[in-house]
Amino acid sequence: MAQTEATPGTMTVSTSAAERQKQLIYTLSRVWAWAFLLGLIIFFTFAVLGTTDGRVKFYSIRNTQSILVAITPVLLMGLGQTFVIITAGIDLSVGWVMGLSSVVSAIIVRDLAADGMDVTLAILISIVAGIVAAAIVGLINGLIIARLKVPSFIVTLGMSFIARGAAFLIGGGMTIGGLPPELRNLGNESLLYLVRAGEHSGLYFFKAPELSRADLRSLDRIFTWPVIITAVIVVVAIFVLRKTQFGRHTYAIGGNREAALRAGVPVDRHTVMIYIMSATTAGVAGVLHTARFSGGSAVAGDPLLLGSIAAVIIGGVSLFGGSGTVTGTIIGALIIAVLQTGLVMLNVDPFWQFVVVGIVVILAVLIDQSRDLIFGRAEAA
Amino acid sequence: MSEQPILEIKKASKSFGAVQALIEVDFEVRPGEVMALVGDNGAGKSTLIKGIAGIYAFDKGEIYFEGKRVHIHGPRDAAALGIEVVYQDLALADNLDVVANMFLGRELVQAPWRLDEAAMERATVETLDSLAVTTIQSARQIVAGLSGGQRQAIAVAKAVMWNSKVVILDEPTAALGVAQTRQVLDLVTRLADTGLAVVIISHNLHDIFEVAHRITVLRLGQNVGTYVTAESDQQEIVHAITAGELQFVPGMAQE
Ligand SMILES: Nc1ncnc2c1ncn2[C@@H]1O[C@H](COP(=O)(O)OP(=O)(O)OP(=O)(O)O)[C@@H](O)[C@H]1O
Ligand SMILES: [Mg+2]
Repeated sequence: MAQTEATPGTMTVSTSAAERQKQLIYTLSRVWAWAFLLGLIIFFTFAVLGTTDGRVKFYSIRNTQSILVAITPVLLMGLGQTFVIITAGIDLSVGWVMGLSSVVSAIIVRDLAADGMDVTLAILISIVAGIVAAAIVGLINGLIIARLKVPSFIVTLGMSFIARGAAFLIGGGMTIGGLPPELRNLGNESLLYLVRAGEHSGLYFFKAPELSRADLRSLDRIFTWPVIITAVIVVVAIFVLRKTQFGRHTYAIGGNREAALRAGVPVDRHTVMIYIMSATTAGVAGVLHTARFSGGSAVAGDPLLLGSIAAVIIGGVSLFGGSGTVTGTIIGALIIAVLQTGLVMLNVDPFWQFVVVGIVVILAVLIDQSRDLIFGRAEAA
Repeated sequence: MSEQPILEIKKASKSFGAVQALIEVDFEVRPGEVMALVGDNGAGKSTLIKGIAGIYAFDKGEIYFEGKRVHIHGPRDAAALGIEVVYQDLALADNLDVVANMFLGRELVQAPWRLDEAAMERATVETLDSLAVTTIQSARQIVAGLSGGQRQAIAVAKAVMWNSKVVILDEPTAALGVAQTRQVLDLVTRLADTGLAVVIISHNLHDIFEVAHRITVLRLGQNVGTYVTAESDQQEIVHAITAGELQFVPGMAQE
């Protein structure tokens, strides 16, 4: 270990100008993602105002809510991925696992409801089934990676093809429709309703008032159920990673697998759990997709996979393992979503989104690397 | 120093395929004693302690702990008896801080799932203080930023924190400079003074003559003698290491 004195812990002792400058660079490199997100929001706020002569606002409740709704699946997949990548693995299967879970839950709720089962019960069973289907895929991933020591890249790449095939086979290659309307409520109704104009204007909890067709346009759904469910899972994930033994072991395995083993950390069991978690959050995303669009779709998750990995990387999780945070991943997901929405509102050709996101991913890694060069690769949380 | 060994190995053998790493090796250490384990590269020192630590099982042989026959099937068994090993390659997680490393795998947890960071930090500071490790400024420092001597001190502190009775150090000073070697040797002496049994592997006979009470010499997987440091000298040990008398013809399986 060729380490110099230039580490964050000892830096506080020295107060020379050069050291203070280093400290500044270090702090900046830690918070750049937050600053970047803030900068984007400010930029788009003014740019959108300017290009539309003030007719359209970037920062509005409706726009904020649509960004939140859009990032839920990306964030859910990114959450599990955060744990996986901190252990120095990767899970490429979550995209198609999300599709598989969407298809499974859709078929089950459709068939159970058609058989005359109570709709609420049918929905509950279908949710559990979709998530369990995903978890089984994760279990298989984890067992092969932990027990048979096959690299995670290869196992989950193979598994993504298997999940893809399974999703199309089970769903017959088609979108599964004909689902009970109650399911749509779960995917689209919300905790709060804001009516901005008309006789019913005001804030409502749980249930929107009866509105005329005209008034419906001034209705905002704030915190739809998928957003709330995702938020709860996010909070749990933050707690688990930061405050629990499970989180501690996750960092330890990524930092030094051998050390964790010798210290008696159940490395294999932990690895299996992590891949189950990753698949499970993708499964939740799949079930929520079915609810939101009232249809099961095998291709629901595949286009989101790379975006979710990008979010994790922009958020500062190192592919070498051992470092990263859930909040970083949230920021990463928000940066991508804000970029996409903002560019659309500026009427930029949508394909530019990809170019910009790509540049941000590479920049993010460059910033993290230059910090590592200067300060050593050593930050857990 | 007690005369009764706390840990005793009888006729331990271990082969890796055609390589006989250990042949009927006897070994013991007493409470309050620093026992050195020396031998040339490949003599079987690491293999012997890995067998004791439960990293792998001896093919043959018996382990007695506090006079009773024991079976060690894994690192947890060894730890449960009070045997702790500080490995040649340290085994610290660089990305974690001092406290997290000290408690790795044995974290204190508050109800329901939350890590008890305050208690772990307190115990860490207490242990480091009790060992008079003063070079580590903050228990919340990330380990990657520490010097070799500091890392070694943490690895040792980690080993003694668990009411351990036997601490085994595999080449603890191999990568250290003069001053840091000094610190670690002082630490070794203090451990034995507290009544712990300490086993130290080293290629540096000068260091060994400074801290060890007795010296066990391995050569080609065999015990060629155990010497009392005060009654021996470096020349005798060097001779044992390079030309000590072998009981078994090396390279032939004993069956
Ligand atoms: N896992 C293993 N597989 C195969 N052979 C091994 C293994 N571990 C050790 N050996 C062999 O056993 C013999 C003893 O090795 P060991 O590591 O115990 O030596 P050592 O005395 O610790 O040497 P050093 O001073 O170099 O650390 C060597 O010939 C080595 O090559
Ligand atoms: Mg060795």
